[in-house]
Formats: sequence, structure tokens, C-alpha cells
Amino acid sequence: MLNDIFIAPFVDMFTAPDFLMQVLWEGLVSGILYALIALGFVLIFRSSRIFNFAQGIMVVFAALTLVGLFAMGIPAWISVGLTLVVMFVLAVAIERVVLRPLVGQPDIILFMATIGITLFLIGFGETIFGGENKVMITEELGIPTGDTVLEPFGGLLILQHLDITVVVVATLLVLGLLAFLNYTQMGRAIRALGDDHQAALSVGISLQTIWVLVWFIAGIIALVTGIAWGARAGVSFALEVIAYKALPVLMLGGLESITGAIVGGLMIGILEKLFEIYWGQPLLGGNTETWFAFVLALIVLLFRPQGLFGERIIERV
Amino acid sequence: MKDTEGYVTADGRQIGGTLMEMRNITLRFGGVVAIQDISFDIREGEVRAIIGPNGAGKSSMLNVISGFYTPSEGEVWYKGAKRPPMKPFEVARQGVARTFQNIALFEGMTVLDNVMTGRLTHMNAGIASQALWWGKARDEEMENREKVERVIDFLEIQNIRKTPVGRLPYGLKKRVELARALAAEPSILLLDEPMAGMNVEEKEDMSRFILDVNDEFGTTICLIEHDMGVVMDLSDRVVVMDYGKKIGDGTPDEVRNNQDVIDAYLGVPH
Repeated sequence: MLNDIFIAPFVDMFTAPDFLMQVLWEGLVSGILYALIALGFVLIFRSSRIFNFAQGIMVVFAALTLVGLFAMGIPAWISVGLTLVVMFVLAVAIERVVLRPLVGQPDIILFMATIGITLFLIGFGETIFGGENKVMITEELGIPTGDTVLEPFGGLLILQHLDITVVVVATLLVLGLLAFLNYTQMGRAIRALGDDHQAALSVGISLQTIWVLVWFIAGIIALVTGIAWGARAGVSFALEVIAYKALPVLMLGGLESITGAIVGGLMIGILEKLFEIYWGQPLLGGNTETWFAFVLALIVLLFRPQGLFGERIIERV
Repeated sequence: MKDTEGYVTADGRQIGGTLMEMRNITLRFGGVVAIQDISFDIREGEVRAIIGPNGAGKSSMLNVISGFYTPSEGEVWYKGAKRPPMKPFEVARQGVARTFQNIALFEGMTVLDNVMTGRLTHMNAGIASQALWWGKARDEEMENREKVERVIDFLEIQNIRKTPVGRLPYGLKKRVELARALAAEPSILLLDEPMAGMNVEEKEDMSRFILDVNDEFGTTICLIEHDMGVVMDLSDRVVVMDYGKKIGDGTPDEVRNNQDVIDAYLGVPH
């Protein structure tokens, strides 16, 4: 037993390094998507202290809109542009109808409001697009679908072109967001608003503009995630579940930290794959990926309640 | 504007015409009257103080000026025009910068970033331009950065530029807040108890900075203060409030000898 837990997995890793690399690669791909979704949460949380329960359904909604528009005969790239317009309209609508009337209410009420948004989007999406599964328009968007086979250490490493594209695009998006937040006045305004509303108003920051902006960015992230995940698993309401994968990422990384979201996402993506392949399948009968992340997050929370990168809350007495 | 001639101060500074005027301002919260029918003006280039005992309505007045409160009655005139009801961020964009009594800084951000937010009122580049870090946005960022560095130099906080504000001691936070307000190059700078909770040395520093700002940039300053001694040394003209009413208005000397003011501060047998 001890052998199976502490020795055998590592022996496997070293005797078949090519397979280990395959596992790590796949972990990285899901990890970067988790990081992206978590970033959507963090952005909204930092600028408005709202935990946005609707992030998951926004992924589904964006993907459905894209596929739906294409099905109407609109060229693929124009559909992407139109979907972005739809996400912008959604951001404006959410700000007007939901957030603005609730300014200054306790956090829990705003959280409930995002659950409301979720339920509305499920119903609305189903009415317009129907509930059946759809296929992401991967090829029409020009996303490569083949694979490259490498032979490191005389073994075999298969890299799906789709995955490579996802990693590249997601990385660029994450880096772009970081630069935007850190080096532009708009980015500073977003961060400032999360810190202190009054002070933000006094330097001329408009709550409404910033809120629309962050919800729109969350919408863009949702679309990219929707395309990437939809290409692998098809477009259906079940996609919403991957947003819940961002929860342990947020617990691990801390709700306020952008670095935390990125590191946490990558960590969970890679660790859950490793655990599944080397411990889960041989010892526990597999399917550990559904719960491993949560257990990991809980263990971290035992030692660091604010997450790995969260702001430490120090009360002055 | 009723009077655009201005006057010359004892130390020889030229004070201009009326920049802002409060006309019969009344502010009620339900049944409580926080400000009752107060009028006064702020002239270009002067240091104008509002003083009064605790609960006199000084902060409420400042909040009216900065747009955080909308007066129940009365008008605010600014740069010769009546100001319609506005949100605080719109007032800020018109050139009214402020600090807060209980320091409102962005604790998680560095000093430099905090002061940079002060430049938001001067931001013209669109979101797209900023997102792409292209053209106008980049030039603006450079220009803003230059102005901000000058303010940071001026207030002698260069050595803490990269420190997150949350880690700074109280006195320095106050100074960073002043820097952020100053970075906006405001027409009027509102200071809500800039010296509150400071020790003597810090108070002297802050007084010096306020006078220097007024001198160097010609910024019009309206400040609220508790500490009579400080106010009398700093300001050109003083409004005295008590229980929401104006009980005195004039130069420090005039105010000092005003019987109502003496009564309010020392108390009189009723």
C-alpha cells in the first residue's frame, strides 16, 4: 500500500518521462483555462466586491450566441464580432438593471442578484437557442485541429493543435489583461474602485463606466473560454460546470489576487491531472478530477484562510 | 460674479475674483438640519478655512462642495455659472479635488499608483486605445507620469514611491492623499481636516506643504480644521460655523475678535 502511494507513482514518472510530459501538457491546457475563468471572477470581485456566480453561464451564453449566429448564416468571424457586441449589451444591461439599483446593498444581496442573472440566462438561452447540444464552429474559425507528434526520450508526445492554440491565445489574453490593469489609467481605475468607492469617486472615477467595462471584459473571457472548451466538449449548458472549477482556484489563489488566479489555475490544472493518472486511476478507480481540486483547496484553507495570495485581513484593535 | 476685483493679502499675494460661491445652502437629513442657510464665497488663489466645533456641519459643507451631498436648498456657483446637481465624479472632473477626514486611499496600490489615479480627470484616450497601449494613451501616460513625479518630489515622498499605501504610517498617508488630490491640478483643493490626529511636528510639515502648494501652484484651497491656532496661521479668510449656522466670516483677526465665535468655542452660560 505504502509502496503504491509513495514509490510506484514516482517510479512510473521516471521510467516513462514522455508520458509524464503528456500528462503535464494536458494539465497545463486545462489549468490555463481555469486561470482564465478565475480571472473573470477576480476582476469583477476586485472592482465591485461581487462574487459573480453568473460567470459560468456567461461562458455558455457566449458560446451559444456564437454558434447560433453562425447557424443563421453569418460568417464565422463576423459572428465573433457580433457575439462581442451581445456581451457588451449584456454588460450594460446587467449594470443598469441589476447593479445600479443595488449599489450600497450588502454583498450577499449582490451575490443573490448574480444567481438571479444565472437563472435568467439559462432560461433565456434555452428559449432562444434551444437546449440541445451543439458543435463549436472550430474549423470555421480557422482553429487548427490536427496534431503534432513529438518523440522526446524516444517516447511519444501528442500535442493537439487545438490545445496549442488555446494555450497561446489564453496566455496572450492573460498577459494583455495584466498589462491593461497595471499600466493604464483605466486599469488603475478598476483596481482603485475595488479598494475604496468614495476615494474613487473623488478622483473622478465613474462607477457605472467601470462596472460596464469589467463585466464586458468578463464577457470576453467567457467567449474565449466558451470557444476553447466548446471545441473539446461541445456547446451545452453542461459547460457551466467548468466555471465551478474556478471556485477551488479562487480559494487557492485568493479572491483579490490576479497572480493568485493564474498560479492557482495552473496548479490545479496540473496537479489534478497528475493525481488522476498516477494515484487516482490505479488506487481509487479514477474520476478524481471532479473533487481533487476542492480537497486541495480545503487543505490550503486550513493553513492559509486567505488563500495563497489573498490579502491578509488584519484587524486593528 | 458679483465682485471680480479681489484683494491683496498682508504678505503681498494677489487674490483674484470669486471662484466658487455658496448661496443660501441648506442641507437636511430627514428632520435634522445639518446646514442652515449658509452663504459664502471662495476667491481664486486664497486659502479659505471653514472652522467650528464638533458637529457644526463643516464636513457636510465640504461634501456639498465636492458633490457627495446635494443641498436641499440653495445654489452652488462655480466659475461664474450655477452648478446643476452632479455626481461626485463629475464634480471631480470639473477641477474640484479633495481629501477625506478618515483618509480614503487605495490601500492595496502603491503610492505611485495612488497618485496616478489623481490624473484620471485628465484622461482623454479611449478605452480601446488604452487596451492596445497605442497612440494617445501612451503619450498621455508619459505626460501624466511626469506631472505625478513632480508632485511626488514636491511633497517629498520619493522614497516611498513603490510602497503599498497600506503599510505607511498615518502622517504619510495623509501626505499621499494630498499628493493624489494635487496630481489632478485642481482649480479648488478641498482638505477635510488635513491635520487631524497628527503630532506637532507632522502638523508643521503639513502646514508648510499647504502654504507651499498655494504659493507654488497658485491653487485655491478650502480647508476644514479644528485646531484654531493652525487655521489662523494658514488662512486668508475664515468661515465659522456652529450648529449648522454661519456665525462669523472674515480675516483671522476679525474672526478671533468676534464675540459669537468666542462664545461658540469657549461656551457661554445660557
